[in-house]
Formats: sequence, structure tokens, C-alpha cells
Amino acid sequence: MPGLEDLYREIILDHYRNPRNRGELETPPALRVEGFNPLCGDEIVLYLDFDSNGGVADIRISGQGCSISQSSASMMSAAVKGKSVAEIDELTRAFKAMMSIHENTLEGAETAEPIDAPDVKLGDLEALRGVVKFPVRIKCATLAWNTLAQGIEEASA
Amino acid sequence: MAVSVDPIDGTAMKAQFPLLSREVHGKPIVYLDSAATSQKPLAVLDAMDDYYRTINSNVHRGVYMIAEEATNRMELARALVRDFIGARSSSEIIFTKNATEALNMVAQSWGRANLSAGDVVVLSHMEHHANIVPWHMLVAEIGIELRWIPLDNEGRLDLTDLDTLLNGAKVLSVTAMSNVLGTMNPVRTLTDAARKAGAISMIDGCQSVPHSATNVQELGADFLAFSGHKMCGPTGIGVLYGREDLLEAMPPFLGGGEMIRDVRLDGFTTNELPWKFEAGTPAIAEIIGLGAAVEWLNGVGMDNVRAHEIALTEYTISTLHERFGDRINIHGPSSPAERGGVFSFDFDGLHPHDISQVLDQHAVCVRAGHHCAKPLMKLLGIGATARASVYVYNDTTDIDALADALDATGAFFTL
Ligand SMILES: Cc1ncc(COP(=O)(O)O)c(C=O)c1O
Repeated sequence: MPGLEDLYREIILDHYRNPRNRGELETPPALRVEGFNPLCGDEIVLYLDFDSNGGVADIRISGQGCSISQSSASMMSAAVKGKSVAEIDELTRAFKAMMSIHENTLEGAETAEPIDAPDVKLGDLEALRGVVKFPVRIKCATLAWNTLAQGIEEASA
Repeated sequence: MAVSVDPIDGTAMKAQFPLLSREVHGKPIVYLDSAATSQKPLAVLDAMDDYYRTINSNVHRGVYMIAEEATNRMELARALVRDFIGARSSSEIIFTKNATEALNMVAQSWGRANLSAGDVVVLSHMEHHANIVPWHMLVAEIGIELRWIPLDNEGRLDLTDLDTLLNGAKVLSVTAMSNVLGTMNPVRTLTDAARKAGAISMIDGCQSVPHSATNVQELGADFLAFSGHKMCGPTGIGVLYGREDLLEAMPPFLGGGEMIRDVRLDGFTTNELPWKFEAGTPAIAEIIGLGAAVEWLNGVGMDNVRAHEIALTEYTISTLHERFGDRINIHGPSSPAERGGVFSFDFDGLHPHDISQVLDQHAVCVRAGHHCAKPLMKLLGIGATARASVYVYNDTTDIDALADALDATGAFFTL
């Protein structure tokens, strides 16, 4: 049975209490994107400054939510700042792969298709691995990433 | 401060609810989410099981013995519900899937037939989405106007401008009790004001009907909606009470079998009430289960249910305040007489999701989220709350367990 320490790793609580890149950027030039988790009312607002190649030069986060959504956003901001579109895409896929439910984490459940997880270092983000043992919280952890993907898509459109 | 006498013995009561004897995470379950759905007593489980084992057949069709027994059992349930809420006739009791369907039925069927562009529907700031969205749909479709009764700073309806809000209105639709704040609204005052203004009144009784004696004549309500699953009955069954003359004049909602008198190639005529609004094979087992729930609640006595909840509300508020002081903020009216046993709270500045996750490890089941009342959340200036809610089978040991688990939650996050 998964325990609380699987979910609330020390590093998660640290990002929750001391969120990185908190704040706003002037729009324009920054792009503002909002993400909602309609189930629990969590809300995230990303401010993204892009470099000339479409990479994320700077990022700020505001909004409100639980420790998982807020710490995931904080860790994400640290991981993607200064990265190219290709690098961010790889990170996103690696993170999403980690957040998908595998047969050994949910009794009796099997994944329909294997997820191709790029071989990249997730660093601090690894701490969120335990979230898959609490399926209702997965949406909290992926909210920031989905919002970022939406922002990158809007910027390239 | 707890001064009220509790007429209900918690231990004996819990023994009638099989689920309450289970454990989660190796601890006895502490179920504090009855505002979402209640647990079911053995009497209800047995009634449904018995239906399937001994008289399972379709109703209002077969002339053979078990079909007649099933029909009788279902119509007996309707009579029990009728008496439970003081309706004049069984024709006024329409079985729906849940309260949401009942509210939609009035908006779609009565609303479409009687409302046109610019007509006013008055709601309140504490409504559940089920009593908001059906009206928004008519704003989009017909162009009706919505007006909102505001709240005072203790989460009660502010009726100062009620007559102005109702001026020219066609419908007043409000909840009898908030599923977030616990506030019990002065329904009679509201329906009287509506009638004076020439508006019909619909009451969302989801949170009130399970917890206190209900009489639609005394409430003065034209329509009343509630769900079986919050009053010890099964899911999949709800009730729309409607005044007979209003229902008679209303067009049907869904078409199909059961709701017709005659069908020809060039049209149809509708069945009489209440079946006119019950298209297709009904939720027979669930209706019978709801009947059993009503009988069971009658056995306990609705006045006892209410007295029990007032006593437990006093205990809950005083215990949480004594143990946590300023660390906890309980929303809604402070007086137990003005509220039901629903406690939305903020604790230690923690997010409700995190609170309920830690409480779960202590086998304490509470709700976290916006409770399907986003406009109210916005008014309160919060995204979500944690909510504990009690019913007839809860007692002071459950509240003590909640307080202990909150203690542990606070400690966990301040490590
Ligand atoms: C006040 C209120 N209205 C309506 C509903 C909707 O009930 P149901 O989901 O059973 O249709 C609820 C239940 O959550 C409620 O508390």
C-alpha cells in the first residue's frame, strides 16, 4: 500500500514552500497561458518569453493549487528555462511517460501501449514518480506541463 | 457548550450500515462525506436484493403475478415518497434519475413552454451547478435573464432586495440548504415572495430532504427536486415533486414507452401523470430501494434525525474551534439552528487536496474541491475547500477522529 511519503517527497514539499520562478512577465512580449483542473479548481498561469528559435528564454508562474500541482509547476519551470523546443519536447514526453500508469503500479491494470520514453534526466522531477500510485492526483502533476505545451503550440501557430 | 440532547445512539445506528464496518488503510472507516452520497442501511440493500431475487419483471405491462407484484411494490414506493414530503397525490411524484435530471426537467419542459426572451429567473449565489447550468442553457437558447440573490457575510441569503429581484420574474429556483456552507434557507419566505411576484418556485431539496422533515404544502413550493442516494437510498433514482396543475400543463420531457396513452403513425397522446414524465422502463430496483429508505427514515423519525444533527453540529464546531483556534476557518452560519451538518473549512493554509489526502491515510473520508458550486467559491474568494459532512450514522467519535487526523495533517506539512 502506497504511503504518504511516496507522494510527498521532501523535495516536493520544498518546491511547494519555496516555489521557483513565481511571478509574472510583461505581456507582450511574454505570452500568457492559463490551465485549469476543472475537478479540483486548481489554476495555473504561465508567462513565457520565447527566444528567436522558439525556445523558452524565461518563465514565470502564478495561480493557486495543491502542493502537487504547485511543486510540479515549480520544478518544471526550473527544468525548461533556457531550453530549446526540442529539449522541452523530450522532457515533456519523459515526464508524461513517468506519469502514465504502468501495470506494476496499479493492481490488475495494464497499459494498452508501451510509452516511448526518451532517455533524458528528469532530475528533481523524478520526485513526482510516486504520484502515479495516487491516480486522482496525476492530473495535478501534469497540469503545468499541459499548460506549457499549449503555450508552445500557441506561440508557434 | 453542547447543550442539545442527541436522541440517536451512534453505535447501534452504525451497526445497520454494512459499509461502516470496513477498514481502510488498516483503520476503521470514518465516513464524513454524506453530503456527496450517504451510506445505505441493510434494510435498503435487502429490499433491492429481494426484488431481483423474487419479483424481477417489467412493470405496468405483464398480467402475470410477479409483474403485478413488482408494479405494486414500485407504486407503494411512490406513495411512501408522497407521504414523506406531504404531497397531495401520487400523480405529483415523478421518478427521475437524480435531482439533476429533475431540475433539468423543469427548466427544459416547463421553461421552454413558458419562458421567452427577456423573462427573468432568480437564483442564488449558493446554488449547485445542477441548479445553474440548466438555466444558463435557456439563456443561450431563449435569451432569458438570470438574477442572483446575494449572500451576507455568514453565508446566509441576503433578502434585503428580494422583492426587487423578483419584480417581473417568472421563476425562483433556490436550494433549501447549501451543500457547501450548510446554510438552511427560509424557504417559506422565498416561496411566498415568489408567489406574490407572480413567479413559480422550485426548491432544490438535495441537502434538506434527507436531513429534516419536509412538507411541500408548508414550504409552499411548486416544484421540489431531490436525490435518493443522499437519503440512504440507492444511486440512479431521484424525485421531482410538482404541483399537479403545473405538471398537467407541462409538455413531456422524454418520449418513448410508458409515457404514452396512444401512438399512431401521425402522432401520440401522453399518458396520465406521473407516467407522462417517466419514459421507458424505470429504475425499478432503485425505486423500491428508495421506498425502503423512506420507510427506514420514518422508523428513525425525521425530527430525531434533525435533532441528532443539531447536537453533532454543536459538537463539531466547538471541538474544531477548541482544538485548532485560528488555524481553522469553518464557512457558513455559526449558529447550529441555522445550518445543517456540512462543514467546509480552511485549515493551516493548506490546499484541500493535500488535507484530504492525509486524512485518507487516517481512514477519514472528506471531500475536497469546489463541490459543484464554482460561483460560490468565487464569491468566497477561494478555489476549493475541504468539506466534512455528517448524517444519522455519524457520532462524536467520528468528529474526534477528524480532529486527530487534522492534527496529524498540520504536523505533516510543517515538518
Ligand atoms: C444542493 C445540491 N443540488 C443538486 C445536487 C445534485 O445531485 P445529483 O448529483 O444527485 O443529481 C447536489 C448533489 O451534489 C446538491 O448537493
